[in-house]
Amino acid sequence: MSTPMNTPGINDFVIKLANVNGTGSASANGLLMKSIFRMGVPVVGKNVFPSNIQGLPTWYEIRVTGAGYGARSGNVDMMVAMNANTYARDIAELRPGGVLIYDSTWPRQHVLSRTDVTVLGVPLAQMCNAAFKVARSRVLMKNMAYVGAVAALLSIDVEVIRTLVREMFAKKPKLVDLNMQALALGYDYAMEHFECPLPFKVERLDETKNKIMIDGNTAAGLGCVYAGATVGAWYPITPSTSLMDAFKKWCEKFRVDPKTGEHNYCIIQAEDELAAVGMVVGASWNGARAFTPTSGPGISLMSEFIGFAYYAEIPLVLFDVQRVGPSTGMPTRTQQGDVQMCAYASHGDTRHILLFPAHPGECFTMAADAFDLAERYQTPVFVLSDIDIGMNDWMVDELEWDDARQPDRGKVLNAEQIESLEQFHRYKDVDGDGIAYRTLPGTHPKGAYFTRGSGHNADGNYTENEAEYQEVLDRLVRKWRGAADHVPAPIVKKAKGGKARWGILAYGSSDCAVLEACDTLAAEGLHMDYMRIRGFPFSDEVSDFVMAHDHVFVVEQNRDAQLRGLLLLETQIPRAKLLPLLHYSGEPLTSHFVHEHIKDAARQEQSA
Amino acid sequence: MTSFAKPHINLKHAKRNALGLTRHDYEGAMSTLCAGCGHDSVTACMAKAFFELSIEPHRAVKISGIGCSSKTTAYFLSESHGNNTVHGRMPSVATGAAAANAGLTYIGVSGDGDSLSIGMGQFAHAIRRNVNMLYMLENNGVYGLTKGQFSASADIGSKSKKGEVNLSPPIDPVTLALSLGATFVARAFSGDREQLVPLIKAGLKHNGFGLIDVISPCVSFNDHVGSTKSYAHTYKYYHPAVHADYVPMSEEIKTSYAAGEAVPVELHDGGSIVLRKLDEDYDPRDRGAAYAQIAERDAKGEIVTGLLYIDESREDMAAMNKLTSRPLNTFPYDELCPGSDALTALQKGFR
Ligand SMILES: Cc1ncc(C[n+]2csc(CCOP(=O)(O)OP(=O)(O)O)c2C)c(N)n1
Ligand code: SF4
Ligand SMILES: [Mg+2]
Repeated sequence: MSTPMNTPGINDFVIKLANVNGTGSASANGLLMKSIFRMGVPVVGKNVFPSNIQGLPTWYEIRVTGAGYGARSGNVDMMVAMNANTYARDIAELRPGGVLIYDSTWPRQHVLSRTDVTVLGVPLAQMCNAAFKVARSRVLMKNMAYVGAVAALLSIDVEVIRTLVREMFAKKPKLVDLNMQALALGYDYAMEHFECPLPFKVERLDETKNKIMIDGNTAAGLGCVYAGATVGAWYPITPSTSLMDAFKKWCEKFRVDPKTGEHNYCIIQAEDELAAVGMVVGASWNGARAFTPTSGPGISLMSEFIGFAYYAEIPLVLFDVQRVGPSTGMPTRTQQGDVQMCAYASHGDTRHILLFPAHPGECFTMAADAFDLAERYQTPVFVLSDIDIGMNDWMVDELEWDDARQPDRGKVLNAEQIESLEQFHRYKDVDGDGIAYRTLPGTHPKGAYFTRGSGHNADGNYTENEAEYQEVLDRLVRKWRGAADHVPAPIVKKAKGGKARWGILAYGSSDCAVLEACDTLAAEGLHMDYMRIRGFPFSDEVSDFVMAHDHVFVVEQNRDAQLRGLLLLETQIPRAKLLPLLHYSGEPLTSHFVHEHIKDAARQEQSA
Repeated sequence: MTSFAKPHINLKHAKRNALGLTRHDYEGAMSTLCAGCGHDSVTACMAKAFFELSIEPHRAVKISGIGCSSKTTAYFLSESHGNNTVHGRMPSVATGAAAANAGLTYIGVSGDGDSLSIGMGQFAHAIRRNVNMLYMLENNGVYGLTKGQFSASADIGSKSKKGEVNLSPPIDPVTLALSLGATFVARAFSGDREQLVPLIKAGLKHNGFGLIDVISPCVSFNDHVGSTKSYAHTYKYYHPAVHADYVPMSEEIKTSYAAGEAVPVELHDGGSIVLRKLDEDYDPRDRGAAYAQIAERDAKGEIVTGLLYIDESREDMAAMNKLTSRPLNTFPYDELCPGSDALTALQKGFR
């Protein structure tokens, strides 16, 4: 596969920063990205970091994209190489004609190994050692110094950066001065020694107006607050930890009684994921909106309770911020590897509702949707995001909330309703939609029933009678199928100009890369229809889309084509129609990858 | 095994509690346990305690794990919700339920297998969190429901029905709970209802996690000669050390106990638990001393029973989490959702 070659231009290039983790680079890199965003220019940021606290390589990629694309492109036009241990690999990644910035305090023979790139040395350590006394500052300030140099080279408005520095260290004014000084060191050095700006650079635009930069976990935590969740239970695991951190932060802001200091939320750090999901079972059964954020290993542990909740019909909201498996895998790298596990989690015949947010904006809305669906269908609902969405800051449309929105609490009988009943039957299909009525503890003596994971009949009583057992099990699958038209509907982007023979299916964080690839392919004359799936069970629309095309590429970030597998199991779509397009390196998908694969496949078909 | 409805007959002159309910109103489905199983006696004590405390049945919540013992939540309080969860995980469900609505009375029922092997982690952590619940550990030294394998509470040297001898040291829920900071720790015997009923009442009224480890013999798999959890063995080595009685606020504490013997412990609801020392040297208010005594006497094979430790001063989970007194599950949605204006305002921080 070739590397992409399109040349960088104004507001169209990629900066990659190679750092050592634990040196404070992430906040400097974030600040660099934010300053471009504040100049009205759309950006994409990806933090690729190790599962480690200090000393291992980490990369931060900033794509400046005036066109407003949301994925990695696959190019690197400027490399800021701050990690001697990864020089070789970092330099190799640079596009011919690109620019390499390195710390020239020490001689680096090997940086000159490539003659097709421009090498710019900035004596960062030397300048910082001379300017700062404290050892830790000398390390930290190198970051801000290279930000200064990059700002000069790319014509980033230094005033914007300075404002960000002041905001960032509002509570630590001493640090403001240090950072400003470091910024100036780099900026002045670059202005003095290099021809600034470079041919590719930032120019002010007005394309980020109603946009924000937010990560998916922060947005999902906020969504839980807006959904009215009151109980959250969790066990720490990357990359889901920051979701509960966010929920806590927003609860402290919105859910503490200013007079009494009392909380109208309860966050419990459980002893493990088995307990975390058990707590959610208990709280939801008792009528609170409750959730647990986790990642793949947590879902593995939660499986027994997930089956219990499915069979006993208890609402559950689970956020699976997916990371690379199997097993511990690569905990800080991204993947869509838990799709099938979540779809059928637990033993016996179980099927669940899945939601696939594609960006932080949908983490917010789908968090709220998840509670509605879980309570409406009295069943586990999984929100499947991933580390790319969950932990990277994405530029998305400003979040909106409809104040008229009321939560769907499902069929819960209140005391008067129970009182008026002859008898309460917990698992009876009264309305013919597969959804039975439930009661909450403490409501009314006649509403009491015995919740059990053992075989039960429509009354909730223990049974080993085949007909009674099957009646409940058959209703459960009818109930689940009913959700197909209530999960977020697929989004279709039709090819311009007539009927496309080929289609693409994707979901979650693959969306941006596919959208961009569609544009690139169209520009080359290959027109594709694209459907993004947002929920499971699949609605008929999904099969209809596939059947209307000769072939459909199913783009996924896993090895085993897990969503394609679900499609083959759950629909009548012939196997040959679905062509897997799989990316599972652990790095966020690039538009280049999607484009190249589809172009190759098309070429092969034409020559065949 | 199906659960059978029991005919509900209220005798005309049956004793009624403050709510006007009779003992029958606190019963459940017909038990399907083996005749003579200790667990059935515990169930009867539970119904009696709830009756005597005049707790509205539907304001109580019964949660259990898996095992013969865990099934018993179906056999009392048919008008309260029950949740027969999964093996060893009752504590987490009780914890979540208590978080959602701190206004109900929670009773957890478990076995020695459920609590001390598969569920030991959750058992320990519910104690640490001081979840406001009464935890009944119906202890028979075996896994009854899977037909008599040794559990982790089996004593060294105890013989199984098939003649196997247990060689691993037992996990004692009482000393374990004491070491984990439990605030109410009792041991009882299903064969002594006089002791057990008041203990259950005290445990239900205690604010925080209350543990009652009840020796509850399994007649089918662990009631033979050579077993240290049989009726005969327990009767022989059983030693009540501290008697406990719950006295509601309205009743004055009787002064009939000899001075120095009766110690009232004040409860949050205004009532008290009156401790009566049967064993002069035993102090149920000193964690370290209690631990040392129990461990020493356990080692000698003595079964010390009664309310072995109580501490009403510690905050329970709700207090530690600064939970409002209004149950979380009753908050109207408008009070929970910050609304669109707040959303617009907070997003200034994301630009
Ligand atoms: C995950 C799981 N593993 C194993 C079992 C089988 N099992 C059912 S009850 C039980 C032991 C119960 O022992 P205990 O809690 O002491 O209850 P008892 O029957 O003695 O009252 C076991 C191992 C199960 N239900 N679930
Ligand atoms: S097997 Fe043992 S524990 Fe189970 S019901 Fe029979 S006597 Fe009780
Ligand atoms: Mg047992």
